[in-house]
This record gives sequence, C-alpha cells and structure tokens, in this order.
Amino acid sequence: MAASHPPALELVGIDKKFGAVHANKNINLTVAKGTIHGVIGENGAGKSTLMSIVYGFYHADSGEIKLNGKVAHIRTSQDAIAAGIGMVHQHFMLVENFSVLENIILGVEGGPLLKGGEDKARLRLKQLADEYELDVDPDQLIEDLPVGLQQRVEILKALTRGAETLILDEPTGVLTPAEADHLFRILQQLKNQGKTILLITHKLREIMAITDNVSVMRRGEIVATVQTAKSSPEQLAELMVGRRVLLEVAKGPAKPGAERLRVEHLTVKDEWGVARVNDVSFSVRDGEIVGIAGVSGNGQSELLAALAGIERAVGGKIILSGETIDPAQEADPAKMRERGMAHVPEDRHHMGLVLPFEENENAILGYHRATQYGDGPFLDPEKVQEDAKVKINKFDIRPDNCRLKTANFSGGNQQKIVLAREMERDPKVLLVGQPTRGVDIGAIEFIHKQLIAMRDAGKAILLVSVELDEIRSLSDRVLVMFAGRIVGEVLPDADEGEIGLLMAGIETREAAE
Amino acid sequence: MSAPFVKLPRWVDIGLMPVVNVFAGFLLAGLVVLFIGESPLNALGILVKGALGSVNNIFYTLFYATSFIFTGLAVAVAFHAGLFNIGGEGQAYVGGLGVALVALALDKFMPWYITAPLALLASMVFGALWAMIPAYLQARRGSHIVITTIMFNFIASSMMVYILVKVLKPATAMGPQTRPFESGAFVPRLGQVLDLFGIKSGSAPANLTFFVALLAAWMVWKLIWRTKFGYEMRTFGFNPTAAAYAGISAFRVTMLTMLISGALAGLMSVNTVLGGVHKVELDFVAGAGFVGIAVALMGRSHPLGVVLAALLFGILYQGGAELSFQVPAISRDMILIIQALVILFAGALENMFRPFFGHLFARRETTAAGAA
Amino acid sequence: MMDATILWSVLDSTIRLTTPILLCCLGGLYSERSGVFDIGIEGKMLFAAFAAGVAAHASGSAYFGLLAGIGAGVVFSALHGFACITQRGNQIISGVAINFLAAGMTALLGKAWYQQGGKTPQLETTARFQPMQLPGAMAVKDVPVLGPVYEGLLSGHNLLVYVSFLAVPLTWWVVYRTRFGLRLRAVGENPAAVDTAGISVTRLRYAGVLICGVFAGIAGSYLAIAQSANFSPNMSAGRGFIALAALIFAKWNPIGALGACLLFGFLEALAIPLQGASIPGIGWKVPVQLITASPYILTVILLAGFIGKAIPPKAGGVAYVKER
Repeated sequence: MAASHPPALELVGIDKKFGAVHANKNINLTVAKGTIHGVIGENGAGKSTLMSIVYGFYHADSGEIKLNGKVAHIRTSQDAIAAGIGMVHQHFMLVENFSVLENIILGVEGGPLLKGGEDKARLRLKQLADEYELDVDPDQLIEDLPVGLQQRVEILKALTRGAETLILDEPTGVLTPAEADHLFRILQQLKNQGKTILLITHKLREIMAITDNVSVMRRGEIVATVQTAKSSPEQLAELMVGRRVLLEVAKGPAKPGAERLRVEHLTVKDEWGVARVNDVSFSVRDGEIVGIAGVSGNGQSELLAALAGIERAVGGKIILSGETIDPAQEADPAKMRERGMAHVPEDRHHMGLVLPFEENENAILGYHRATQYGDGPFLDPEKVQEDAKVKINKFDIRPDNCRLKTANFSGGNQQKIVLAREMERDPKVLLVGQPTRGVDIGAIEFIHKQLIAMRDAGKAILLVSVELDEIRSLSDRVLVMFAGRIVGEVLPDADEGEIGLLMAGIETREAAE
Repeated sequence: MSAPFVKLPRWVDIGLMPVVNVFAGFLLAGLVVLFIGESPLNALGILVKGALGSVNNIFYTLFYATSFIFTGLAVAVAFHAGLFNIGGEGQAYVGGLGVALVALALDKFMPWYITAPLALLASMVFGALWAMIPAYLQARRGSHIVITTIMFNFIASSMMVYILVKVLKPATAMGPQTRPFESGAFVPRLGQVLDLFGIKSGSAPANLTFFVALLAAWMVWKLIWRTKFGYEMRTFGFNPTAAAYAGISAFRVTMLTMLISGALAGLMSVNTVLGGVHKVELDFVAGAGFVGIAVALMGRSHPLGVVLAALLFGILYQGGAELSFQVPAISRDMILIIQALVILFAGALENMFRPFFGHLFARRETTAAGAA
Repeated sequence: MMDATILWSVLDSTIRLTTPILLCCLGGLYSERSGVFDIGIEGKMLFAAFAAGVAAHASGSAYFGLLAGIGAGVVFSALHGFACITQRGNQIISGVAINFLAAGMTALLGKAWYQQGGKTPQLETTARFQPMQLPGAMAVKDVPVLGPVYEGLLSGHNLLVYVSFLAVPLTWWVVYRTRFGLRLRAVGENPAAVDTAGISVTRLRYAGVLICGVFAGIAGSYLAIAQSANFSPNMSAGRGFIALAALIFAKWNPIGALGACLLFGFLEALAIPLQGASIPGIGWKVPVQLITASPYILTVILLAGFIGKAIPPKAGGVAYVKER
C-alpha cells in the first residue's frame, strides 16, 4: 500500500495498571492504513485492555494515541467514534430486546426525535448491505437473531458511525468455521475499500489466514511486530509464550480397560425447547482420555452439565460402572458425585468456586456433606482446613494459606484448587471442561501432567476444550461436536483440516465430493 | 473480574468501617436536632440516661432489644442466602396470631411454662408460614422476593385487621384487639426474677424471652458457620451457579432459609405479646420488623453484630421515648430518622468512606491478584 | 345492588384516587426503565407532600407549594441516585432508608414546627389547587350520556389530576419516540451497550431517577394541597407501593400503567361504599380489608406468573461497573 500515508493508528508508550496488575507496559504499535493488523497473545496478555484504551473505554495512565499522524485525545467512546474508530466487542454490546435498527442508531440518533434518524439509518443499512454482503433485516429483534448475524449488526454499527479503523476483539470465538470464513471475506472487502482493521485473537490460524502484519503481546508488553508473510506459526507461538513450547504433551500410549461410562441417545433441550445436545451416544473406558472438540457453543457445555447432573436431560441413558441412570429423572449433582463422577467445570469463576470463600471452604464444594468434614448436620472447620492443607501441598497451590480468600489466588492456582478437589477423592470418571483457560503456561503444563497421570492410574476422563491443540495433545480418541450432535470420531493425530471440517458440520465424505 | 472497591485490612473492614458508618448516621441525626433548635449533646445525654439510667430503664431497653434481636436475625439469616426478606414486619404480625391462639386457648388453666413454649412454637410456625409463600413463589415461579414480601406485609396488615375486628375481638371490647390474657400466658418479667433476690427494679416489660433471643443468636451463628446447611446457604448466597454445580438445591435453600427467617421474625411477637401488653392489638409490631433491616445491616449479618446493634436500637427506642417526654420538640420520630440514616450509611453507602480509609491504610497486597 | 349515584361517586373517586398512584407509577417507570429500582417512591411522595404543605402554607400559593413538593422529590431522588449510581449501593436498601427518612423527618419537623400532632396548618382555598371546569363543560351539560360523563365525571377536577392523565401519552411519546427514551430503555437493558456507544450511563440513570423525583413530587403535592387541605403524618399510606405494584402490572409500559392505576384506583374507591355491603344473591359480605389488600394480592398473583409474565428491565437493580 501507499507508504506515503501516515499510519492510521499509532500508539506511543501506552501504560495501564489495575491495582497491582500491570495490564499494559509501554506499548508502541503502528498500524498502516488499509491493512489488517493482528494482535495475538494468550488470555490475559493485555490485548483487550489495550483495545479498550484505544476505544476510550479506559484511560491509559500514560502514553498517547495518534490517528493519521495526529495526536488524538480519546477520553470517551464518543471521542473514539468521532475519530473514526469502531469496535466489535467479544461480548456483543447489543440491547437484546431492541430491533436491529434501534441498536444501530443508539448513540447516533441524529436529533432529539427518532423518526428522521431511523429513516436515514434504514437507507444507510441498505447501502452497506449491497456494498459488503452485510444483509440483515432492520426490524428483527436482536434476541431472535443467530450469533453470526448479531455480530454482523455490531459491524454495521461501527460502519454506520463512519468507522475508518475497525477493531475486532476475538470475533470468531462464537462462530463456526464457515461463519468465520464469511467474516474474513467481509474483512478483506473492508480492507480493499481502504479501511484499517485490527484483529485481536489468540488463534494463530486466523492470524496466518488474514493479517498483513502481526504484533505479539505477552504479559502486557508487545514483544514483536512482524510481517505475517515472513513469519511462521511456530515462531509466533514461541513469541507468545516466551519460550519454545512443546505443543505435544509427553505421554505414553493409553492402556484402556473396561468401559466405565456409556452415554446413549442423550438429549438436552434449553428453555426454548431447542435441542442443545441431540441424541448423543459414546463411551469412555478406564485409562483413556476422550476429547470433545468443537466450536464453543455447540452443546459441549450442556453435555458436561447433563453428565454432571446439573442440567436435566429430556431423554437418553447414562451408564456409569454398569449402573443405568435416567438423566431425565435423576439429574442431581450430589448423586452423580456419590457415584464417582467428578467434574472440573468450564467456568471456574462462576461455577467451580465461590470467590469470597476462604480457600479451604472451596476445597470441599460439592463434597461438603461427607462425614469426613463433620458429623451429621455439623461442619467442623478444623477438619476442613486440615483436608485443604493436604491438597495445597500435593498440588503446589500458592500461596499455601488455606484461610486466604479464594479471589486472591491467581487463575492458575484457582484452577489447581478445583482440580485438587475433584481429583483427590478417587473418582471413577473425571469430566473436565476448558482445564487451562486463563491459566499461565507453567500451570498449564502442571495440569496436563496431572491429567495424564490420572489416566495412567486407570481413570476414565472426558475432556472438553475449544483449544484444538489441547484436545489433540491430551486425548486418546477425539469426538467432534457440532450443533449438539457428535459428527465424527477421529484419532488425535488426524489431519487438522479434517477435524476442522467436522467442527464446521461438514461430513468428510461430502466435503471430498 | 473487576474489583471496584478498595481492599482494607481485616480489622478496619469488619471493625472500624461499621463504626464509622454508624457514626456518620448519628452525626447527621445530630444536625437534624440542631436544625429544630435543640442541643444534640443535651439530647444525647437525656437519651442515654433514659435508656440506661436505672434498672427499670435498662429493662425497657432490653425489652425493645429482644424484639430487634429476633427481627434482626430474621433479616440476617436471609441475607446469608442472598435473600432480602423485607417481610419481617408481616411475619411478626402473623406470628402474633399464633401466639394469640395458644394464649386464648390455654391461659385460663395452664401455667405459663406450658403456655409460653407452645406460644413460642406457634409464633415460629405462623411466622414461617407467612414467609413460606413468598419463598415458594421465588423458588418455583421466579417472583422477586423483595416485592412479594413487601406485598405480604400489606396483605398481613389487612388480614389481621379483619381477624382482630371480626373474629378475635370480644363483643365487649372497643378497639380491634383480643381479650386481655390471664396470668397463665404471662412470660415472667426479668424484674420479677430480681424481686426474688429482693432487688426492686420496677415494672419494665423485659422478660425471659430475652434469653430466648440470645439463644436464637447463638443457634443462628452455629447454623451459618458450623453446619453443612449453613455452608449451603452461604454458597447459594454468594454464587447460585456454584451452588447448583455443588448439588445444592436452590429450592431447598430458599425455602428452608425463609422458613427459618420467618420463624425468627415470628418469635418477636412472643416478647411483645406475652412479655409486654398481654393481648394482641392492632399493629402491635409497630415497625420492629423494619428495624430488623437496620439491625442486620449494622451488625453485618453476624449474630453477635445483630445482638449489639439490637441493643443500640433498644437504647434508641427507650431513650428516645424518654427524650420525647422531656424535650417535646424531639418526638419519637427521631428514632425513625436515625434508623433511616443507619440503613443508609451502613447499607447503601457502606463503601463511601472506603477510598479514604484505603489511602489511610494503603498497603501492598502481598498476594498476587488474579489474571487480568 | 349499587344504584347509579353510588356507581357515579365511585367512578368520580376513582379518578381522584388514581391520580397520585398514576404519577408515582409513571415516575417509577422512568427510574426503573433506566435500571434503578425505587422502592423509596413512597417516601419521596410523603416528603414532597410535607414540603408542599409547608410551602403552600407559608407562601399562600398552591404553585409555590407544588414547586416545593417537586423540589423535595428531586432532593430525595438525588440522594437515591448518589447512593445507587455514584456509590453503587444496594438500590433496595437505599429505598428502604429513604422511606424511613421521609416518615421520620416529616413527622418530626411537623410536630416541632406546628405542634399539631405532625399536621401542617389548614390551607386557605387560594393555597390549594381548585377544581376547574373543562372548556365547554357547561355547554354539553344537558346532552345525554356525553353531558354527565364530560361535565360530571371528567370536568371539575383540579389541575394536577389533568397533569397526571396527560403525563401518560407524554411519557409514551418520550419513551418510544425520542432519543432520550431510546437511550433510557437501552440503559435499563444493557448499560454496557450504552457505554460503548459513547453515552454516559451515569447521566442517563440520574436523569431517570430525577424525573422520578419530579413525578413523586407532584404526587405528594397532590395529596397535601389538592386532595386535602394540609399535610398529615403518613398520608401517603402505602400508595407508593401500590404504584410499584401497578408498574409491575403494567409491565413497565405507560399505557399499561394507566390501566393498572385505574384498576387499583377503582378498587380503592370501591372500598368506601362496599363497607358493610353484601354481594347480592350470595349474601356474603365482602370484607373491606379484602378489597384494600386486593392490589397487593393481584400483584403477587401476577408476579407468580399465573396471569402473563412480568419481565423487568434486564439490568434493573444492578449498579453498572465497567468490566475489564
């Protein structure tokens, strides 16, 4: 592109602290006009904070933002919008019971009355639809739209506000590969029209597929900015984590034993009667890890919840250690635990832990009725704390203070609290969801080793993760879920493209034709 | 994860902050006194003397405090399970109906030590029943318990008017109230106990129910921190999703907690009815259910805090009565104002002074914060 | 059976009794649509009634009284806003505090200033809002049907009654047809969406809460200097809570609010002639307490989801904190 044009966006020495957390350290970043610039980094590397500063959502403690060569004073989102910056947030910023049109004009109504602004916005939407394949019915309510279309509304919001620079924060997390491809086509088209795009992601594949340049963030700093074409996934991955990582986990071959868990025709419906898990059958044997791959939101969460007894299924059977359980009648987490089903939930903050509790109180969550922690209806804090201390030592949880509030532990240590609780009671089956989400690299290795060790000790493990790499390196067999169904079973060393097609809901045979 | 509020050392958090908040409330109340042209310090002096100046006055203070311990515990228990029970007023009122039924049936031929325990039981059952409907509607139908308990206060009020006027009022009586109970339904006054030792202490209505209140406080403490159900309540109160994950039934926790809360509120009526006026009259609860909100907030939902806060409010009520007698310009409504200010500062504005103390006690958190 | 005169007087009282509930209900609508629950509306109305009574007495002017009433409502609303929006305090707790503060302050000040058991002095007619004839009322007086309805029922109320009923279409128009209304509805549903659109959540919520204060102020003034001729302690008598119940019944919609408030106003009006009357045919006396309690009972039944579903603004009751 024309090198004469000043950079669309330039960040100089941006610094931001949240209390003790140094989220952004002296960030310098230059984004050329008319390019797609990727920002990649692990969860918690500071990407979202940085973008929120550019968008005026937070204020930097120091540093400046330049737009097209000129210093811009962005104090509020309004300033950012006026300066031509648009943002598509990871969690959509839409009012769900508003129509598309109402969401589009919110904040740019064009006068104290709605009428004129609405008519104008309608026209503008039609233009944009023709220009960029961004069709959407302006009168539909957001809550009636599928996720992909909701995201489209977010992009339209930015464009109708005259955005020249578009920031997308983890835009594909909720999309199927096909929807993601469509999004990338749109982004390409926007770029061709001269728009500048910042793509925030932790997925290397996306960076390689679509960006011109990429900046790598690690622990609040930008550690490198390179031309994508001259880089490789291996190089970027190394930059992201700061050292060469073995994506392979060291493990021997599995020695599967007898069938431990069998699921037959399991179906779970949500409150609107939509089948989130649809006629799913599979089995897990002792001494093996079965991984479930899939794009987030395709029924994995509901499957785990139904197996753990948290969510009631409408049909099917669960056979655990030969005992048949009707999940439609007996959905009860306490009973499932008694039968030996341990569960490391996907979302430890909302489900796995009570953050205001002391560490020792969380170490018994779900097992608190055990007589080991007190006789009859009573609870004995001394016994609870003793038990917690043992687990702290065994799982190297830091700091080693069981009276500390759980909220004061780091993400990795919080996850260890959950793992210790679920692994240390000699369960028959371990259900694990997103075991390393938001966890630092050291803890990831520790957690992976623990899971392998548990497998080698003859336990049956069902692993759900949206990180395909994690599934492939830990699992002995991989099931792929799409739209609530298991659409295929592959070996972990299968071709990534093949798994990708399954995750998109395209059967391999069809695809081959 | 967002941590909007400043972290403080533990003793500041649970010791100093409540005191500061309550002090701010009293300071403003003092300004109100000044505003109507009276001396706040003089008023405070009369108030304290009126509440604690003699054994008789102290016993009046304890009488009020007893009621407030019950209603305060009722609110506090519900708070632990994340439920806001504004219905203590109605539950206590309906609890009084249970007391009335037992007393009317037994007072003529049973001694107090048979009647009183049965009345305690009846007050708990009736109070609990009145809390049960809002609890059920929240647990099964998702109706907001704050709104339903407010509605149930009004419904209780209408229902009790009807029952007192149409059912329980003897034909000879003027006002809507039951007939006066006979001595078989009198809970002995603390003064009577002192009389046994030859100490003259007057006729203040503080009675043995006070010890029931202290026992209730101890049992609530035991329940919340030393039982598995208390653990479930707190889990549910902090994080309902985690509770579901742990196999804790939201229905069971909501129902049981509200039943306990309603029962505690109901107990208040025994103090007033069998210890005090010896009949059930219109609106005998007189706002004690609402005082419970202030007491629970001020006591930070800890039973010990509730007892201390209830004593403070007992002092306010008794001292305030004395004050309005001696300084007519400061009517008993002053207590409502103080109550409001305590709720405001210890409740809604509890974090207002935090930044200030945060600076004062600024210290590095040695423990790393969570991932950003 | 009730004869026509009784029916007529019930309908007439319905209009008068609906007015304060309707004003509070519409006020609550602005506040709750912005995401701030307000169970302190009862206290605001009471404090406003006191302020209006005092000011009208002191100045001899009804309008000055109204102004003072509105001012009082706004001051208490500002306090609620400070606690709930700026300090992110619990909205329920703040509302409870405001109710007690109003009950205590009005009684204390009233007793201290006037020594009439908390009442403010009786107002001269000029210091009150007087009944007014609607244009053409006299002309249509003798026309059948239209005459009695227009002249007898609709005409002859005071200004504040008309203000309250006109506020219904006005509120509908503001909420659904203006920029402010769109933003107000948005901030009660998803404040983050409003924030990222570059609009101040804080200012919008304060606007909603303060408008609520204005309405509660008018409602209180109506009680003290239009419907009655002075302030008396606790004269709001739970109407603020009835208004909240009506708001739920109305599903936070201004037109629905009119319907719900008319229903509750009618029930209140009905309680007067029904005292001691029996239902024809059955001979069963309707306890007047049942009628008094019926708005609350109806609301509980509605909340239980037995007649439709009342879904409050999604972000209601929760202080807005920027997530990071």
